[in-house]
Amino acid sequence: MTTAPLKPSRGLRRSATRGGGYVNLLYLPALVLFAVFMIYPLISGIGLAFTNWNGYSEARSFVGFDNFARLFSDPVFATAVRNTFIFGIGCTIIQQVFGLGLAIALDKPLRGRSTVRAIVYLPVLVSPIIMGTMYYLLLQYNDGAFNDVVVAFGGERMAWLADSSMAIAIIVAVNSLQFMGISMIIYLAGLQSIPEMYYDAASLDGATTWQQFRYVTVPLLQPAFATSIVLNLIGGLKLFDVIKILTNGGPGYSTQSVSTLISTTYFDSQSAGYASAMGVALFAIIIVITIIMNKVLGSRKVEA
Amino acid sequence: MSRLSKVLIGIGLAVVCFVQLLPFYVALTTSLKPKTDLSSQLALPGEIFFGNFASALDDGNILRAIVNSIIVTAVSTFFVCVLGALAAYPLARRGTWVNKVIMLVILSMIMVPPLSILVPLYTMLSKMGGVNTYWGIILVMIATHLSLSVFLYAAFLRTIPSSLEEAAKLDGANLLQTLFYIVFPLLKPVTATVIILTGIATWNEYALSSFILTKPDVQTIAPAIASFFSLQSSNLGAAAAAALLALAPVLIAYLFLQQYFMKGMVAGAEK
Repeated sequence: MTTAPLKPSRGLRRSATRGGGYVNLLYLPALVLFAVFMIYPLISGIGLAFTNWNGYSEARSFVGFDNFARLFSDPVFATAVRNTFIFGIGCTIIQQVFGLGLAIALDKPLRGRSTVRAIVYLPVLVSPIIMGTMYYLLLQYNDGAFNDVVVAFGGERMAWLADSSMAIAIIVAVNSLQFMGISMIIYLAGLQSIPEMYYDAASLDGATTWQQFRYVTVPLLQPAFATSIVLNLIGGLKLFDVIKILTNGGPGYSTQSVSTLISTTYFDSQSAGYASAMGVALFAIIIVITIIMNKVLGSRKVEA
Repeated sequence: MSRLSKVLIGIGLAVVCFVQLLPFYVALTTSLKPKTDLSSQLALPGEIFFGNFASALDDGNILRAIVNSIIVTAVSTFFVCVLGALAAYPLARRGTWVNKVIMLVILSMIMVPPLSILVPLYTMLSKMGGVNTYWGIILVMIATHLSLSVFLYAAFLRTIPSSLEEAAKLDGANLLQTLFYIVFPLLKPVTATVIILTGIATWNEYALSSFILTKPDVQTIAPAIASFFSLQSSNLGAAAAAALLALAPVLIAYLFLQQYFMKGMVAGAEK
């Protein structure tokens, strides 16, 4: 952040900052809320992960690392982890390609470009539950529009969500289409912050359009890349709503993400202890990935 | 740019717009046709049928869900702004090591996936009697959205010189006077960002509210639509109508405040 343009004299500065620690009282309400509804659940979740609690009875006993050991041998959890990474990485790639492409196309003066931006961005504001419901209509077996198109081209009707690889691809596509508007505006803001004179200088030196893109645009978009990639990756790794509405993790357990698996393990299988262990694992995965990505993409802090 | 590439870009953009609008269009045609109408989803209805909207309103309790969402979103967003701005002030202005640690802890809260705290949070709330109550979901929404707000306010405050506050202090203003008359009025632009990000996020929240709100009289729209949808798998017209009704408030807001939405989202992401 920039420093204050007006440097107060030393005496003034001291009166402002030494004015008393009671200013810190202002963050107490926020801290109490965090402590009760975030930090306590995080810590007690770690505690529960070492028990065999079923979620409602008084009885629970300490089982050590059993739940964590079970994570490593549980094929359902392995599928959920694999899917979680497919959702995270797949959505991130698609959203960068479309987000950057759209931003470049819509950065130039173009008739109707603000309308196009508004349309691309519109689904960002819609609940994934509603978006999923609407896509579910399109994917219907008997009268879904997708199957109408397939039949019109001489193909056979498909049960789109009954095949697990197809269902995973559809979940990735639906989530990417819904949120590529975020990447688009991040890249648009990035493009608009590049001064025109850099391009003028490059073309004076004889750089082609591609060379200008490669050696001017890409390096100067670095902060936008970092922001957009980390944001999309965390969003994809947390994916929950759209899976719940489109497949509810099925067929079988084949499209579960770690998030959806936690909810079924807790509420349907009544294994609260095991579900807590999955919660700890999910949090750990996201922290590790975020730290790695921030290292790789430059030491920029990125928030949701 | 050559004429050909302009045409190609135009076609590409038209396809993207078509794909983005298709689900909305199909939801509209499906909702306006009776179940007996077997025409393609892509075809407009022959005559407009409102029965699906009636059943969404009667059986799906969608109006109630919209009212619930308005209550939960308005109250949560208000407190996220007020508590966020209050907390950010000392964190931005007093860089003691304690405050730096507290800031770091608050920032790391942004990364917590809601499902990773589901089990203990739900257990605690049900012990407190907060399941299926407004106050239960509102407290959870405030706590899970407050960290981004603190972060945005603190980042914004660091760009404002503290000289105004010092002048107010010399004039004899106490801390609360300084905050309410000097500091808070300066925070209007970032407050717009916080309201938009928090408002949209709480309006659409599902991961935690679907477990905390299971009774129709307190359910907000996302869990209400999801439970209505799972009951209506044979009557998709009604599900489509419910989805459109729940969408309406967001669409109206977007229509009037489009520029604020996009700017707010960029400001939120870039910080």
